[in-house]
Amino acid sequence: MADTSLSQTEARSAPAAPPRVGRIAGILHRNETLRGYLLMSPTMLIMTIGILVPFLILLVMSFWTREGFGFDTTLTAHNYTRVWNEPIFGALLQRSFWISGVATVVTVALCYPMAYYVAFHVHRNKMMWIILMTLPFWTSYLLRVFAWKVILGYQGVINSGLMSVGVIEAPLEFLLYSQTAVIITLAHAWAAFAILPLYVSLEKIDKSLLEAATDLGDGPMARFFRITLPLSMPGIIAATFLIFIPTTGDYITPALLGGPDGAMIGNFIQLQFGAINNWPMGATLSIVLMLWISAIALVFLFVTRKAQERIA
Amino acid sequence: MTTSDGFISIRHVNKFFGSFQAIEDVSMNIGQGEFFSLLGASGCGKTTLLRMLAGFESTSSGEIYIDGQPTSDVPPHHRPVNMVFQSYAIFPHLNVRDNIAYGLRKQKLPKAKRDEMVEEMLELIKLPGYGQRKATELSGGQRQRIALARALILRPKVLLLDEPLGALDKQLREQMQLELRALQRQVGITFVFVTHDQEEALTLSDRIAVMSGGKVLQVDTPAGLYETPKTREVASFIGNMNFFQGTVRRNGAAMGAVETEGLGHIPVPLDQLTKPDGAPVQVALRPEKFELSPTRPEGALHAVEGRLSNAAYLGERSHYYVSIAGKDQPIAVSTQNLGRMTGAPDISGDAPMWLSWAPEAIVILDADETG
Repeated sequence: MADTSLSQTEARSAPAAPPRVGRIAGILHRNETLRGYLLMSPTMLIMTIGILVPFLILLVMSFWTREGFGFDTTLTAHNYTRVWNEPIFGALLQRSFWISGVATVVTVALCYPMAYYVAFHVHRNKMMWIILMTLPFWTSYLLRVFAWKVILGYQGVINSGLMSVGVIEAPLEFLLYSQTAVIITLAHAWAAFAILPLYVSLEKIDKSLLEAATDLGDGPMARFFRITLPLSMPGIIAATFLIFIPTTGDYITPALLGGPDGAMIGNFIQLQFGAINNWPMGATLSIVLMLWISAIALVFLFVTRKAQERIA
Repeated sequence: MTTSDGFISIRHVNKFFGSFQAIEDVSMNIGQGEFFSLLGASGCGKTTLLRMLAGFESTSSGEIYIDGQPTSDVPPHHRPVNMVFQSYAIFPHLNVRDNIAYGLRKQKLPKAKRDEMVEEMLELIKLPGYGQRKATELSGGQRQRIALARALILRPKVLLLDEPLGALDKQLREQMQLELRALQRQVGITFVFVTHDQEEALTLSDRIAVMSGGKVLQVDTPAGLYETPKTREVASFIGNMNFFQGTVRRNGAAMGAVETEGLGHIPVPLDQLTKPDGAPVQVALRPEKFELSPTRPEGALHAVEGRLSNAAYLGERSHYYVSIAGKDQPIAVSTQNLGRMTGAPDISGDAPMWLSWAPEAIVILDADETG
């Protein structure tokens, strides 16, 4: 009797052992690379359809030429030689890089202290501070550009304010429809893209590293340049790219606030695809812009790395 | 106020964080070249005191003198002290050489001289040739050594160490303890060492300050703390201790006597006995001071019979718990296993066990209500 009961429990426990899974689940369980690709696949699909394919079309089109209202599809570098030889393109590119370069430097320089403050001196409700800083971005980009138009305008807030206090007699004309206006607006419009990466990189710095630097004889300034700044460099680089790349090609802000001096390459590309109706030229300009941005980004990365090594 | 009585002189220091008092009227002197430990459970204020020496925390009242100089108005980067942090705080963006040479920048040394000093330090911490390694490629023990070298290269008057061995595994920790002690003798710098590990403090220190609740309970040599603790708290924090309630019975002879629960009328050394006749006291005896034998030992001044209630075999030692009449808690006894043991002794039998001890091993403490 005792023997039978023993074998019964054995028989019952055997199938309960490892629960079998389906074959696909089994393959996925064993193959981590495959699992990774599967997780990425929706994004990869969108990237391929939305970026790679249009880019290839753009690249091919840049080697075409305009013919009346259509395209001459024989491949030629004609557009590239034009961009190289005609000074207008170079001048526009140069101005675009200048404007968005200044806007990037101004934005990062203004946002760094804010991010620093929240990372090191705010101990409660950090999330609330972050949300408050991104609050301006809850309104549309266009609205913010128009708001700056009101502030910087000929009879705008600044000019009428200064005039009523008597500081100036005639409105300051350089405020609106100028490069200054574009830089101010871009710096404000892209601030969130600087604050967030800067905050993240500063927040990650181990506070005992700062104490160690102080302990080893560094005053606040030396400590900042030898520890805090190099360690927050990833955030600075990320912020710089996040602002510089999109602002170089921006066309809304220069179109609304730039005036003749403030027009950028983005406006010109838009014209090629619009009023001028020279799509191949627009495509060429886009490709050239991309190449230049890549080149500048590489130089920037190289320079920051060298600088980091030298500071250390 | 004289400040010449210690290389580091801490005078009536208090520290408040809001309404919480982290340090309560701490005064002590630390001598030059001494290996001094601050020992206590977490939250006892030992790290706060260390950070006050480094200058990262200010004193709410009182003054700390280092080498005769008051330090209240000296910011941390101008103090002649350096610190080894608990997390080591190795700069991740610098290699080993630049980490060690970090504090030398101010001295504006020629590069060759600086490199020579770094090499010397790498020799000292037994990591020669590691100069070009990245900080992120180092193991815990290596980081600990580099943190040490980075502080020592500046030849500070005092080196502060905040539980520097806490993150290491047991074997490495024991090895580093010996190295640290040897290093301290070699460089001759005053070390102030914070730890919660009593064994570590006993191994390393010339003197130890036992802290609890922001107060210093006792400052003494390791042997002094262990053999003659001043309070029950110190006695039970360092090692194990058996406590008995007792009443003083002076009889004018070379030995005093205490009427002790469970042990009866026992002799104690006179120098331990400061209380008047009839005063309540506590009698304390370390587990290893007892001698355990199955029969009444011959020639013992005093012995008491009990029964073994529990035993544990710990390799080099065995722990026994002996119940005696007249005391609720069994007495802990620790003996060295000199001969080969065959495991824990049989505790099922109620064979009597005799406990004996030398009167000199007894410590008399003030009576304590919690006991």
